[in-house]
Amino acid sequence: MLRKSIALAALGLAFIAGPALAAGSAKEPRSVAWSFAGPFGKFEAAQVQRGYKVYREVCSACHSMNLMFFRNLGQQHGPFYDPEYKNPNDNPYVKALAKDIQVKDIDQETGDSVDRAATPADKFPSPWPNEAAARASNGGALPPDLSVITKARDGGPDYVYSLLTGYVNPPVGLAVGPGQHYNPYMAGDMHAYWTGKGPAPVGGFIAMAAPLADGKVTFDDGTKSTADQQARDVVAFLAWASEPKQTERKQFGFGAMIYLFMFSILLWFSYKRIWRNVGH
Amino acid sequence: MSGNSTYEPKTGIERWLDSRLPIVRFMNDTLVTFPTPKNLNYWFTFGGILALMLGLQIVTGIVLAMHYVPSADLAFASVERIMRDVNYGWLIRYMHANGASMFFLAVYLHMFRGLYYGSYKAPREVLWILGCAIYLVMIITAFMGYVLPWGQMSFHGAVVITNLIGAIPVIGPAITTWLWGGFAVDNATLNRFFSLHYLMPFVIAGLVVLHVWALHVTGNNNPKGVDVKSKEDTVPFHPYYTVKDGFAISIFLLLYMSFVFFNPNALGDAVNYVPANPLVTPAHIVPEWYLLPFYAILRAVPDKLMGVILMFGAIAVIFVLPWLDTSKVRSMRYRPTARLYFFIFVFVALVLGYCGGQLPDDQVIPGVSGLMLIDSDINSFVWLSRFATLYYFSYFMIILPVLGLTETPRPVPESITDPVLSHPATAPAGAMASPEKRG
Repeated sequence: MLRKSIALAALGLAFIAGPALAAGSAKEPRSVAWSFAGPFGKFEAAQVQRGYKVYREVCSACHSMNLMFFRNLGQQHGPFYDPEYKNPNDNPYVKALAKDIQVKDIDQETGDSVDRAATPADKFPSPWPNEAAARASNGGALPPDLSVITKARDGGPDYVYSLLTGYVNPPVGLAVGPGQHYNPYMAGDMHAYWTGKGPAPVGGFIAMAAPLADGKVTFDDGTKSTADQQARDVVAFLAWASEPKQTERKQFGFGAMIYLFMFSILLWFSYKRIWRNVGH
Repeated sequence: MSGNSTYEPKTGIERWLDSRLPIVRFMNDTLVTFPTPKNLNYWFTFGGILALMLGLQIVTGIVLAMHYVPSADLAFASVERIMRDVNYGWLIRYMHANGASMFFLAVYLHMFRGLYYGSYKAPREVLWILGCAIYLVMIITAFMGYVLPWGQMSFHGAVVITNLIGAIPVIGPAITTWLWGGFAVDNATLNRFFSLHYLMPFVIAGLVVLHVWALHVTGNNNPKGVDVKSKEDTVPFHPYYTVKDGFAISIFLLLYMSFVFFNPNALGDAVNYVPANPLVTPAHIVPEWYLLPFYAILRAVPDKLMGVILMFGAIAVIFVLPWLDTSKVRSMRYRPTARLYFFIFVFVALVLGYCGGQLPDDQVIPGVSGLMLIDSDINSFVWLSRFATLYYFSYFMIILPVLGLTETPRPVPESITDPVLSHPATAPAGAMASPEKRG
């Protein structure tokens, strides 16, 4: 009877864990076989490097990454890690990447605001001086910070990838406002804007126009620069940036699980031996 | 504390200490020689698991507090910085966040065990009430802890829950302002929640000491629910239950660590990785999974004050359970009718949890439009919550009181060691061969 109840409880839990708490209607994100998915998944350094280039040349025009420092690019399991430079601040490649970017600083002599080349110890600078400026330049919308974006959306990397590559022409009968773009993967409610035949389409409006296009970024490693490839690469970069310690976490976890598993077996046999003479 | 101590100090220093502060005697009596029923199954291992979880939460929490910044402007980033720049910060933070979920999972299984085997009945009423108090303080602690990362769900969850206090007539709004430390959930609220979140676990630890003390006065209940009659019924706690609890703890850790290392955000809400913004309300505000049943009860009632009363009532009713259940038989092994109602209760509690995660007006069975009843379609989660809430309270306030007087329980064994001897006629053939496999 107790066993039956456990089965029942498991069924109930499956119910709870089941459908995601969807807000509005949106198309289910397409699932991608990410190299970093699963307990043994790892990032492909080349892909994350390409992804950084996509972020730097396309996304960073509007999106900040306030939690990222240039040094993060050269830390262990990061895209530009070099075992010769355990301290990423010394990594010449990371130094060179940082140098390309100008950051605001204060001149210590005069107290004036100056621009200088970034160092690995600097934060990724925000493209906007403040939120009002960001909204003013984007039709009132605020481009979200991308530091933890794949953790901050249901569907994670699949969702970000689907959104980036999911732009379609709005169906006939859908009134798209100025500065708005229709995307079936964006959550929203289209009923008020729908005058076409049949039920209103799923999806929502987004202030960002389709950001990627074939050939928009030139990959240094010769990879063909399709919009789809750019999306995959930038999502890999964003997934790494959301959780830069995830490879370390999984590797550490693998050892911990083996240890606990063997410890459990030893405890099981100790238990059997200690209890062997007790009729219970 | 339990009286008949068998401890004999062996060394000079132990004898000296024993006549001044018998702490070694105390440790010996509670953790080594404590006579424990020999028929305890794995459902009885959750006490040990919970003690470990409390310890882990306190240790990881103290380390987190060394790096966390309780400020509305910096809290979100400081939590991320812990995971990015503090040595093993990701491990400490994910152990703490998932530890809360695992703590509640273990406490629910511990309560399930207590409800099923009647561990709340005389003479263990005080033990039970202390356990309920621990659970209540756990809820408060977990709620405040969830506010600390200052994400969207932290902030708006805090707004929803603190606003409930405002439903109290006359003095409610004043109490809410006092709790907030201002006129809205803001930096002052975050600061005091951090302070209280640090304090509460030590209140829990104090209650746990009392809980264990009460346990060691009455002794453990057991799956048969009969009293310990002789020395043959028990084994010393060590090594018998240290090894059995140890094995269970190790298996539990495997589950816990599989979340920490491979799916650390599965039990949380993605929206909480968006920094708190008072001007943008998330489409769907929900608490963590372990509080969903109470959230469903709250939303089942159209009136705010009544909803709050019922939600707190759902916890209050567990406190008085020892006086609601009129049956003298502890274990539901011998109460087939009560057992059936109990399993329905467990199922209903899970249904309430499911409802708590859904939008109240969404359809339970998609596409079927039912009857409008009072304020909404009967095929909606709000109505499912109402039926489930009705059963939740009926179970404690009608079914258990009445059933104890009307049901005919199966014969109860005389003692732990002789399960069926007193009723040979009712014993099924082969029952003696492997009594441990029963149930």
